[in-house]
Amino acid sequence: MANHRITLKINGEYEQVDVPSQMTLLQMLRDKLAFTGTKNGCNAGECGACTVLLNGEPVNSCMILAVECQGAEIVTVEGLAQDGVLDPVQQAIIDHGGVQCGFCTPGVLISARALINRNPHPTPDEISEALVGNLCRCTGYLRIVDAIQDAAARQESLAARL
Amino acid sequence: MTSQIEATSAPHPIGDSVRRVDAREKVVGSAMFADDLQFGAGLLYARIKRSHLPHALIKRIDTSKARALPGVKAVVTGEDYAGHIGLYLQDRFIFCRDRVRYVGDPVAGVAAVSEEIAEQAVELIEVEYEPLPGVFDPEYGASPEAPLLHPDLGQYEVANFIFPEPGTNISNHFRIRKGDVDAAWAQCAAIVERKYRIPHVQHVPIEPHVATARVDENGKVRLWGSSQSPFAQRNLIAKSLGLSQSDVQVIAPYVGGGFGCKAGVSMEALAVAIAMKVKGRPVKLRLTREEEFYTAFVRQGLVAYFKMGCDAQGRLLAMENRFYWDGGAYTEYGVNITRAAGYSSSGPYNVPNVKTDSYCVYTNHPVGGPMRGFGMPEMHAGLEQCIDELALAVHMDPVQFRKINCIKTGDTLVTGMTMHATGLSECLTRAAEAIGWGRKEPPSAPNKRRGKGIALMWKAPAMPPNAGSSAKVALNEDGTVTVSVGGQEIGQGSFTIAAQMAAAALGVPIDWVRVATPLDTNYSPYEWQTVASRLTWSMGNAITAAARDARRQILEMVAKAWNENIEDLDIIDGKVISYKSEEAISLKNIVIYGIPLPNDQGWVGGPVLGRGSFMPTYVTGLDAETGQGPRAVVHYTTGAQAVEVEVDMDTGRVRVLRGVAAFDVGKAINPEMVRAQMEGGFVQGLSTALFESLQLKEGVLQNPSFVDYRIATSTDVPPDIETIIVEVAQDDGPWGARGIGEHAMVPTIPAIANAIYDAIGIRVGAPPYTSEKVYLAMLEAGLVEE
Repeated sequence: MANHRITLKINGEYEQVDVPSQMTLLQMLRDKLAFTGTKNGCNAGECGACTVLLNGEPVNSCMILAVECQGAEIVTVEGLAQDGVLDPVQQAIIDHGGVQCGFCTPGVLISARALINRNPHPTPDEISEALVGNLCRCTGYLRIVDAIQDAAARQESLAARL
Repeated sequence: MTSQIEATSAPHPIGDSVRRVDAREKVVGSAMFADDLQFGAGLLYARIKRSHLPHALIKRIDTSKARALPGVKAVVTGEDYAGHIGLYLQDRFIFCRDRVRYVGDPVAGVAAVSEEIAEQAVELIEVEYEPLPGVFDPEYGASPEAPLLHPDLGQYEVANFIFPEPGTNISNHFRIRKGDVDAAWAQCAAIVERKYRIPHVQHVPIEPHVATARVDENGKVRLWGSSQSPFAQRNLIAKSLGLSQSDVQVIAPYVGGGFGCKAGVSMEALAVAIAMKVKGRPVKLRLTREEEFYTAFVRQGLVAYFKMGCDAQGRLLAMENRFYWDGGAYTEYGVNITRAAGYSSSGPYNVPNVKTDSYCVYTNHPVGGPMRGFGMPEMHAGLEQCIDELALAVHMDPVQFRKINCIKTGDTLVTGMTMHATGLSECLTRAAEAIGWGRKEPPSAPNKRRGKGIALMWKAPAMPPNAGSSAKVALNEDGTVTVSVGGQEIGQGSFTIAAQMAAAALGVPIDWVRVATPLDTNYSPYEWQTVASRLTWSMGNAITAAARDARRQILEMVAKAWNENIEDLDIIDGKVISYKSEEAISLKNIVIYGIPLPNDQGWVGGPVLGRGSFMPTYVTGLDAETGQGPRAVVHYTTGAQAVEVEVDMDTGRVRVLRGVAAFDVGKAINPEMVRAQMEGGFVQGLSTALFESLQLKEGVLQNPSFVDYRIATSTDVPPDIETIIVEVAQDDGPWGARGIGEHAMVPTIPAIANAIYDAIGIRVGAPPYTSEKVYLAMLEAGLVEE
C-alpha cells in the first residue's frame, strides 16, 4: 500500500498529508486530521452525511479518494463559521428548529451552502431538490427547507448592507 | 413554598420555545458522537463473523487461520462466554454457542490492528453448519407443526409479567378477556373482520451503531457507545459476564438518531466480549450500513386479525383481536411489545367486550426490537382501517363514528383501568376541522384523484412498572447550574427541556443552565432507559425534584444568614429576594462559598447540590388469564392525524399533499420542539406507509442499502404539516406534561390508507403503498386498464 504525500487547502488552511492509495477523503478528514464534524453514515455515497465542498462543489467525501484531492480546496462543516460568527445557514437552521439528533446536519449545511452559492434565491422546490441526497430521519425536512430559504434571504440583506 | 413550583411568581421558561441547548455545537461540527471519540494508536478494530444461514446447528468452528494472520490480536467465539443475555427474557448468548437462528447471528469476533485485517481474519474463520428447517412466518411459527427454535425456553430467566409457553415458539402470550365477546356479536348491527400483514421495517438512524470497549487488568469494563440505554447496558452486560454493575462503566455521547434500535444491548456486548481478550486496549466495533439493516433490531412484522362490531347507532360493542408478532430469533423487547399491544388492543376506543390474544413468536428473522411507537403503529395500521370500514357499514361518517366511540376521561379501559383526563376528542375535532373534513377538493390533474383520511391513536409508555429516573442539580461559583441526568439526547430535545425545567424550578435564567455531557454511568444519575417517550414526564419529575432540593438548600442558607423566614424568600432570575426586608442577593458566589455572618461570626451554607428521583409506584400487575388489573400503565398520550392524498391513476403513485397532527401532550414544555416531533414523526410514518419494507426471503434480507430500502427524502414530504397542540394536564407530570416523541408516527399508516380509500375506493392491503402496489390494486379492481 503506497503512501502519497498530498497538499491541499482545508477550511482556508494548507495541509500536507500522507495518505494510502485506498484512503477516502472522508477517512482522511476524520482519521488523519480529526475533522470529525463530517460524518460517516453509509460509506456508499447514499446518505449525504459526509458531504463536503470540493473546489466549491458538494460531494460525498466517502466516494472520493484522498489522493485525488492534491491541490484541491475543501470546506467542511468546521469551516462554515468565520471567526466565531455562524454562517447564515447555520444560524437559520438553529432558529427554525431544523436540528434534532444533528448527525445529518453537517452534510445538510454543506449542501445548503453550495445551493445558495450557485442560486442565491432558491424556491422551496429547488431547496428540496438540492437536499435529496441528504437523508434525515428526525426532522421531516420541513424546518430545514424553511431555514435554508430564510438563510438565503438573510445573506442577501447582509450583502446589501455591505 | 418549595413544594409548589407553580406558585412561583417569577417568569419561567416553561412553555417557551427556547433554542435547543445542543444546537450550536451540532451546527459547527463539534458535537461529539461515539465514532468521533479518539482512542490513539492502541485502538483495535473488531469485525464479526456472522451466520449466513437462518437456522442451523454449529458443528465446528476453526479459527486457527484467523489467529495466525499478522495483526490479529484476539478471536472470540461462543465457547468463551456461557452467560445468557436479554432484557425481559434472557434467551441469547453474546456469541452463538450451539446454533444460529438468523442470518447475521454473531458466531465469532476478531480484534485486529486495522479494520481491513479484522475483515480478512473474519473471512478466514471456518464454520461448519448443519442446516435446520426455518420459521419465516409468525402464525406458522405459533402452530404445533413449526420446528422448535428455542428448546430451552422453559429454562430461560424471565420477567414476572412475561408468559412464555415452553415447548412452543411462543415467547409471550398476553390475553385480554373483558366482558362477553361471544354474547355481544348477536347484538351487533354490523361486524367487520379483517386480516393485515405489516412488514418488518428498520429504524435507519443516520448514525450507525458504534461501540468501543476497554477492559483493564482488574477486569473493569469501560464502554463508549451510541446508546439510548447506558444504565440498562451496564446492567445487562454486567449480569451476562458475571461482573458487578459498578465495574462496568458506560459512556454515551450524543446519539445520532436512535428510534429504539440503540436501546437495550445489541452489538455492544460483542465489543465488550472481544475487549476482554485484549486487556488494556480499546476495541472498536462499528456496524456497516449493510449490517445496520440486517443485524440491528428491526421493527417486528405483524400478522393481525381484527373482528369488531357495533350497534345500529354506531356504538362499538365488541372486538376480538389476534396478533402474531414476528419476534425474530431472540426477543430483546418483542415480548413486551406483544404485551403493550395486548393491553392497548382496543385502540383508543371504549369497547365493553374485548377478547385479545397477542403472541410473540420466535422466527428465523432478525431480532425484533423497540421502534418508535413500540407496536402501536403496526397495531393501529389495521385497527384504524377497520374502524373506517365499520363506520361505513353502518352508514356513518368516520369522524362521527370516532367521536361517539373514542376514549374519554373516566372511561373504563380494556384492562379495567380508569382513563385519566384526556383531550382525544379535541384532537379528533381539531384535526378534522384543519383538514377540511367532508370537503372534496378537485384533483390537480384529470388523471389524479384526491382523498382524505383520518386516524386516532393512543400509546402508553411500555416499561416495567417501576422504571425510575434521577437527577442532580449542582450550582457553580458564578451561579450557573449544571444539571446531570441519565436520560439521553437522541435528537428529541431532552437536554433542552431538562434545562428549561431546572431553570424554572430553581428560579434562574435559562442561559445559566448547562446539561452535563456525555452521559457516564459512573457520574450521571440513574435513568432506566431513553425509551417509551418517558423522559419529559419521568426524568422531568426527577429534575424538578432535584432543582427544588437545591432551591430549598439555598433558601435555608439565606434565611439563616438574614435571620428571616424561608416563606418570605424567593429565587427570581438568579437572585434570592426577600419579600419582607426587600433585600436581594445574587446566587453568584454564595452557592459554593456560603454567606458570611455579620461581624466575622462565621459562615452559613456551602456548595449546593440538589438531588431528585422519581419512580411510578402505582402500576399494578395484570391477571395472566384476563389481562385485568386496576392500573395497567402510567398514562396514555392520545392524538389524531388527518391527511389529504392524491393518487396518480397512470402510475399508482400516492402523494401526501397535506398533513395534520393533533396530540394531547398535557403541557408543551417547549412548543416548537413538540411541533418538531409531530412533523418528524409524521414524515417517518409517511415513509413507512409509502416506501419501507425489509424484504426477507427465507430469512435473507434482499434490500440492505439505502438504494434498495428507500426512506422519505426532502422531495417526498408535503409542503404543509399543520401541528395542533392540545393540553389536558397529566396529574403527575411536570407542569402537567406527558410524552410525544413516539406517538407522532403511530396513526400515519392508517390515516394514509383511509385517504387512499377515499380517493379510489380500494383497500390496498399491506403497507407500504408503493406506486407498483397501488397500481396493481387498481388494475385488479378494474379502475384502470392495462
